[in-house]
Amino acid sequence: MIWQTMRRGLALSPELYQGLAGTLALAIGMTAGRAAVPVAIQRAIDDGLRAPDGPDLTAVITICAVTAAVLFVSTICGFLMLRRLFAVSEDALATVRVKVFRHIHELSLAQVQSQARGALMSRATTDVDQITSFLQWNGVVLIICFGQVVVTAGVMLAYSWRLALVVFVVFAPVVWLVRTCMRRLADAYMQVRERSARMLSVISESVVGAEVIRAYDVSARTAARLDRAVDDHRQASRRSSRLTVTAFSVGELAAGAALAATVVVGVLLGVAGQMSVGEITAFMFLVAMFAMPAQVAAEMLNGLQNAVAGWKRVLDVLDIEPDVKEPIDGIDLPAGPIDVRLRDVSFAYAGTKSEVLKDIGLDIAAGSRVAIVGETGAGKTTLAKLVTRLAEPLTGQLLLSGVDIGRVRRESLRERVTLVPQDGFLFRGTLGDNVRFGRSLEDDEVAAILAELGLADWLAGLPDGLDTPIGERGEGLSGGERQLVALARAHATGADLLVLDEATSAVDPATETRLRRALDTVSRKRTTITIAHRLATARDADEVIVVDAGRIVQRGPHAALLATPDSVYAKLHAAWLLQDDAPIK
Amino acid sequence: MTERITREIAAKGVRLIGRVIREEPRLFAVSFGGACLVVVLSISGAFVVGAVVERVIVPMVDRGETELALLAGGAAALLGLSALRVVGIFGRRLGSIYLQLELHARYRKKLVRRFLRLPPSWHRRHPTGKLLSHAGSDLEAMWSPGGTLAYAIATVLLLLGTLTALYTIDWAVALVGTILFPSLCTLFAVFTRIVAPKYKRSQSMRANVSSLAHESFDGALTVKSLGREDHQTQRFTDEVRRLREVNVSIGRTRGWHDPLVDTLPSFGTLTVLVIGALRLDQGAIDLGQLTTAAFLFALLDAPLRAIGWLLTAVPRAVAGWERVDAVLSATGDMTYGEQSTHDIGPAELRFDNVGYAYGTRASVLHDITFEVPKGRIVALVGPTGSGKSTLAALAARLIDPDSGRVLLNGYDARDLSAASLAATVSVVAQSSFVFDDTVRANVTLDRPGIDDDAIREALADAQADAFVDALPEGLETRLGERGVTVSGGQRQRLTLARALVGRPGLLVLDDATSAVDPVVEAAIVTGLRTRKQRPTMLVVATRRQTIALADEVVYLEEGRIVATGRHDRLLATVPQYAALLAAYDVKTGVPA
Ligand SMILES: Nc1ncnc2c1ncn2[C@@H]1O[C@H](COP(=O)(O)OP(=O)(O)OP(=O)(O)O)[C@@H](O)[C@H]1O
Ligand SMILES: Nc1ncnc2c1ncn2[C@@H]1O[C@H](COP(=O)(O)OP(=O)(O)OP(=O)(O)O)[C@@H](O)[C@H]1O
Ligand SMILES: [Mg+2]
Repeated sequence: MIWQTMRRGLALSPELYQGLAGTLALAIGMTAGRAAVPVAIQRAIDDGLRAPDGPDLTAVITICAVTAAVLFVSTICGFLMLRRLFAVSEDALATVRVKVFRHIHELSLAQVQSQARGALMSRATTDVDQITSFLQWNGVVLIICFGQVVVTAGVMLAYSWRLALVVFVVFAPVVWLVRTCMRRLADAYMQVRERSARMLSVISESVVGAEVIRAYDVSARTAARLDRAVDDHRQASRRSSRLTVTAFSVGELAAGAALAATVVVGVLLGVAGQMSVGEITAFMFLVAMFAMPAQVAAEMLNGLQNAVAGWKRVLDVLDIEPDVKEPIDGIDLPAGPIDVRLRDVSFAYAGTKSEVLKDIGLDIAAGSRVAIVGETGAGKTTLAKLVTRLAEPLTGQLLLSGVDIGRVRRESLRERVTLVPQDGFLFRGTLGDNVRFGRSLEDDEVAAILAELGLADWLAGLPDGLDTPIGERGEGLSGGERQLVALARAHATGADLLVLDEATSAVDPATETRLRRALDTVSRKRTTITIAHRLATARDADEVIVVDAGRIVQRGPHAALLATPDSVYAKLHAAWLLQDDAPIK
Repeated sequence: MTERITREIAAKGVRLIGRVIREEPRLFAVSFGGACLVVVLSISGAFVVGAVVERVIVPMVDRGETELALLAGGAAALLGLSALRVVGIFGRRLGSIYLQLELHARYRKKLVRRFLRLPPSWHRRHPTGKLLSHAGSDLEAMWSPGGTLAYAIATVLLLLGTLTALYTIDWAVALVGTILFPSLCTLFAVFTRIVAPKYKRSQSMRANVSSLAHESFDGALTVKSLGREDHQTQRFTDEVRRLREVNVSIGRTRGWHDPLVDTLPSFGTLTVLVIGALRLDQGAIDLGQLTTAAFLFALLDAPLRAIGWLLTAVPRAVAGWERVDAVLSATGDMTYGEQSTHDIGPAELRFDNVGYAYGTRASVLHDITFEVPKGRIVALVGPTGSGKSTLAALAARLIDPDSGRVLLNGYDARDLSAASLAATVSVVAQSSFVFDDTVRANVTLDRPGIDDDAIREALADAQADAFVDALPEGLETRLGERGVTVSGGQRQRLTLARALVGRPGLLVLDDATSAVDPVVEAAIVTGLRTRKQRPTMLVVATRRQTIALADEVVYLEEGRIVATGRHDRLLATVPQYAALLAAYDVKTGVPA
């Protein structure tokens, strides 16, 4: 499982394989330097200081000079290797980050919203960081270690296959133990990553909800939740670190055991005349060299497991199939105002049984202005999401200008169909940048858009005009102002089908009316679907559609609907009249 | 200037290291003990191996007979050594990992508690993604020296011991070691100077990447509905590329630094060999001494690397520390008084010449003076952006006035304790915030003394009972982050229930029924009006039914109170007021 994840993870970044052989060769050159020094000591002593005819100074100097040259070359190898490694791994991981980010945006709204923002964010950030640090710190060492094990094993076999077998037998249980440990470690690390995501989302909630938390003086509760999440994370991390250290010490113990066994068996073989003292001694060093990677490797496992866990979470996201797919060979919507047709459309949110919309059949003529009204929770927003393809009908068909919405090319759809949601999200940045979020516009064009909507006075009242910074989520603006900006942003796209979902619910009545009139006059040829609780909108619309409990229960012009007493619309209207008409008389 | 930066980082690094030890002396001691054991064993290990070769292997093989007891003894010594090493390793590694985990946990808790205490104005200046990265990678970077600290200190001791040992052998040879050490330090200093600003940039780029990702996923609906996936990806790619650039340049610096740290001690060993050979030639030392010296020098190799790791981690740690510390030492907290209003039942609210400005911007409220007497309902009416929400936030002391006073039951709101304040005032904000938790938890927020009956009653008053009952698990249904699984109107009613359930003396409703349909709104409004123990209410509203329910209306324009009085009187006497509300003239369909 681990290898599979790693293979798939590595496959995400083909850059890693470019010039891999070169990087590895450089890495080997770099480690060669380390091996050179013990050799130099041995040679200096044997050939120089203990030379048969007295200490030979020049020999020592020559040996040292040669070694220094080797060291110099190996330093350069190291330099080149690290440079390459950093550049390549950073490239590779930048690609992965962007891939993940892109994929998350490919997912449907429901899929994105079913995950915590903090957790999604960590897919493109910390999870990838885990992989980076593995590649940059451990990956190469791990590979070199494998090489070292193979080479020393070969040399040991050459010295004495019997003794080598003894060593292998001693290490056999280690291999098995480490494998078991690996499996448990994989689980442990998965748990660490999960808990860390959970912790992040609790932290993120305490940041985002800081105001509510303060207003109700419940920071103690939040702190308690946080403490739990943090403690859980620490506990999981401790567990995984205990496993790592255990794996590490198993390696260490095995090295000790192998050394002891070498002495015992070596002496027995030596006494039997099959090995010399020199050979046994050399063997002892070989065992140490053989065991060293086993120990380092245990340490590397730590990084490896982290990286695998990171890869797994990245892959998990990439493996989610977008449930609202971009069509292959999508077609463009025909030019001109858009008409909307729904045939027996039903919809249920994933993971729920009850249908939020049932057998909706609907025709909206091109260029008409339609109002959708109904109780809260009736399914109006859901309908708006279907019409703008933020969700896909479970059954039935939805046609825009006669084209099945699922077959429309995404760019074409987004250019021509725009939704202003209930909670219009604004981005950190300036007012101007938010208005031109959907389409790039010059400052004067942005100002013209705002003027079209009758917002020129408001803009003039802002000291920094279009450059006014509006803060995270637009929190530097008032609630109504935020909605004005979101509306202007949608209007700026020049869409042919505009869906307004309670887009002006926080705006004062006078401004709202002005806006509606302005929208109507500027965009005569546009099809507009407005969801509103203020029935003034409905009254002005060409047609009113009344949704109740997921079904369309009434439709027709305002006056006609009122003619049916006791209908849903009549009741809504009566309640509305009470508030907006009665007192004025 | 760079000189100063290096010194500053060095000083901070030392302070940070001191802090690690002070914060977790026990775990540090464990890991330090383990490290010392490991260090001592790695020296004595070499001697034991030597002894086994000399006393066990050589004699037996030479004599051609095995002495089982001695052989077993030798094997046991080797095994024992390795068992001891395991103990040392456990102490050193677990100790240092636990130490880091402990510090991470502690500082995460500290940081988030700071987040919770810092005022809204501070939060508005700091994007969520950045705050998240403070609690993540910055904090981890800050304590990363904790991982190698104990080992590094133990090896410094080893280093000193070795140097001393070298001096007992020969001053000339020892001199090599003495020179090597400062040259390594210089190397680190140069490295730090070059790399520290890069690490700082890298951390801040990383934070940019996370905050962009966070915001982009947060605004997924907008991104999708406007088809800006490509554009967002482009921005993200640019941000990622900047991070990559910094990291690659760190890699270039590490590219020469790491191999140099690696090979410098080896060059030292070679120098010792040459100088030792010279001294041997002069007869100052003998061969045995030279071998020991070379051996001791080789021993230094690994420890020096550990110190290298520690020092390499310091610039990054200091960068992280500075970022974390900026939050921990941020000021401007709201301080709460000791007073308690004591009263149960309706509260009284008074604004006394209140003025407010957001940061350095122009004032949004000027000389606000009005009163909401006990048990009365006052409607706050005004055009978009006139300052209603700001006023509501002041009434609930989410923010403090720049001038003037807000009085609750006669007490300055700033003198009230946090608990008393929360018990007295509840505000339902314009945008409804719902936690990723159950309906129950969202309504009660775990405040004590709220039973099921109280929850039911509050839900009923907020007209939320019917839909909550229809949810698959009723009160225990989880709502998802920001309440994505319920409709806008449903979310708004939950936040209303949350305010009602605490039975506040003063209820501040900021456009709290904007997302519900007229039938439900009418039911909520009449329900609130006829409630048995009705709180004092300050209601921001634009709909007439809500306004008509008020005893008095305060009409606001551009942050000033233009008129106060009964609704019908204002309609008759204040033309702008009438124009604002009469916009929906049902009969004619033309703005009045
Ligand atoms: N993501 C979701 N998962 C599960 N159920 C959902 C989800 N979003 C909405 N619902 C449920 O679907 C129903 C219809 O919701 P929708 O948002 O369409 O209502 P609405 O008519 O727009 O209401 P409002 O006027 O309050 O905005 C509600 O009962 C709601 O609880
Ligand atoms: N965090 C902030 N930073 C800077 N200016 C702000 C901030 N919040 C609000 N403002 C400004 O202060 C003014 C008053 O805002 P406030 O939210 O109180 O208005 P409001 O009357 O509630 O409007 P609405 O009816 O749209 O909700 C507005 O001009 C707004 O742009
Ligand atoms: Mg407001």
